[in-house]
Amino acid sequence: MATASRTIRERITRATSAAMFGVCVGFSLLIVVLLVMVLVYLFTRGIDTVSIGLLTQLPTGDQNEPGGMLNGIVGTIVLIGLASAVGVPIGVLVGIYLSEYSNDRFLPGPVRFICDVLAGVPSIVVGILGYELIVVPLGGFSGWAGAGALAFIMIPIVARTSEEMLRLVPRSFREGSLALGATKSQTIFRVVLPSATGSIVTGTLLAVARIAGETAPLLFTAGYSRFLTTNPSEPFPSLTIQIYQAAQSPFPAQQRMAWAGMLVLIVLFLILSISIRLVAQRSVRVAT
Amino acid sequence: MPTPSITISRPQTGTGNSGLSSSSEAASLARKYPVIDAIRSGRAHDSAVHEAMQGLDPVLDVAGFRLWYGKAQALHNVSLSVPRGKVTALIGPSGCGKSTLIRSVNRLNDLIDGVRVEGEMSLAGESVYGASVDVIDLRKRVGMVFQKPNPFPMTIFENVVYRLRIDGERRRSFLADACERALRSAALWDEVKDRLKDSALGLSGGQQQRLCIARAVVADPELLLLDEPCSALDPVATLRIEELIHEISNRYSVLIVTHNMQQAARVSDYTAFMYLGRLVEYGPTSALFQTPRLLETEDYVSGRFG
Repeated sequence: MATASRTIRERITRATSAAMFGVCVGFSLLIVVLLVMVLVYLFTRGIDTVSIGLLTQLPTGDQNEPGGMLNGIVGTIVLIGLASAVGVPIGVLVGIYLSEYSNDRFLPGPVRFICDVLAGVPSIVVGILGYELIVVPLGGFSGWAGAGALAFIMIPIVARTSEEMLRLVPRSFREGSLALGATKSQTIFRVVLPSATGSIVTGTLLAVARIAGETAPLLFTAGYSRFLTTNPSEPFPSLTIQIYQAAQSPFPAQQRMAWAGMLVLIVLFLILSISIRLVAQRSVRVAT
Repeated sequence: MPTPSITISRPQTGTGNSGLSSSSEAASLARKYPVIDAIRSGRAHDSAVHEAMQGLDPVLDVAGFRLWYGKAQALHNVSLSVPRGKVTALIGPSGCGKSTLIRSVNRLNDLIDGVRVEGEMSLAGESVYGASVDVIDLRKRVGMVFQKPNPFPMTIFENVVYRLRIDGERRRSFLADACERALRSAALWDEVKDRLKDSALGLSGGQQQRLCIARAVVADPELLLLDEPCSALDPVATLRIEELIHEISNRYSVLIVTHNMQQAARVSDYTAFMYLGRLVEYGPTSALFQTPRLLETEDYVSGRFG
């Protein structure tokens, strides 16, 4: 009778294993289906309104002929550029500190912890912070304030990913450089950092993708403008705020424009994500 | 190049050097290898330094050198002089401190937390561990090649001239000349002269190691440290590197660590045998391998223990 019970137990084990496999595959498919559903839904709601005109015209004041979203698109690009110009160097330098200069005397623990905390701060809090620190003293909304808030969000992300990527650089590179009589900073900037460039770029693009879709911080810092402007000292347009405003409008034409804007935003996000993967794969190939 | 043959003058004993299964065996082993026994018990012993080592012009002087990794002592009172313009080999079983010693010369051990040193070490008469020593400067005077080839992820050219670039050298003609000279010294020029702008990572293991040698000699170091340079290479590449070491010994002083005794015999003029962080015997290679002073040395180089 021992043989019979062992067979039953075996069968249960195998059935459980198959069931678990099915569950994992099922949920993975669910995720894919959900993503496809979202994309298809956005596509159907927005595609009719997306046109060359949408991408190249400015919004008119007219509720029934709302025009285009050029100011929002350009505005978002400018804000990302300004935020990156500040956020990337600072983030990478912090990452270098955490990876290369931390030891028993210069404690990395607190800095790392603070970075992780800041990375999780709700973006609306960052927006209000930007309001208090930049908008109020300067007397109004501005692109600088918006870029500042976005940079604040970017820095911890770039710092932590840079640190992780720098740690992956083999120790043998550092030893080889130091053995040749290079100083520590020469070693970092001539050998270690260039080796990690591909992966650091990937981490940066991830941070850029994150801030491209931020809305709440810009509400309190950049405000919005109906006009195409590249002067960051004024209230500054962005695609996300433009969508937000258009979506709240009672007029159907503007709501359709909101859907179109969301589709444009998602497409931009997809292009950015695919570029990240391509850059990452290419840098892996170069390294090996 | 001397190629001493290793003669076995005593027959193998039955138990060889396997585990000490009885105290009488342990006692007889202790009697057979008094120096090893003294080392294992922590008693003081005298290193057997051959008379031929006196009066040589030293490029590196080590006197009473001790090193600790935290609480564990890795080097015990090591004293030896590395002659200028010759190849000196450090041999000994794993863990005997040869790599630790060689890394102490260019103070790479400073990078490890908790390392403490005492004693004297001087390179061409200048102290290595003195209070006012500029470590960067010291490392520029000494070239090092590691066990696993570690070319930087740059072009071949940039790898070779790295040492000159960190000094601020920018003249293209100067760098190109120095690069060619170094690659010729490393017997790599003919193979890479047409692809200096290619990535160094595309070279084979043996080529990468020769590139590392070129990189280490480009600024004519006073001493070249080789830490088991052939361990990670196939036999053909190993042979080429050994020939190379013989050629460059005309221009540079070489201190090579190797766990391969036959390599030490082929390649070096002088050999030092270390055990558990201490110097056991030190003398001209042919003497150390053919007429060693200590039984321990003879049995180690003939493979009876280690």
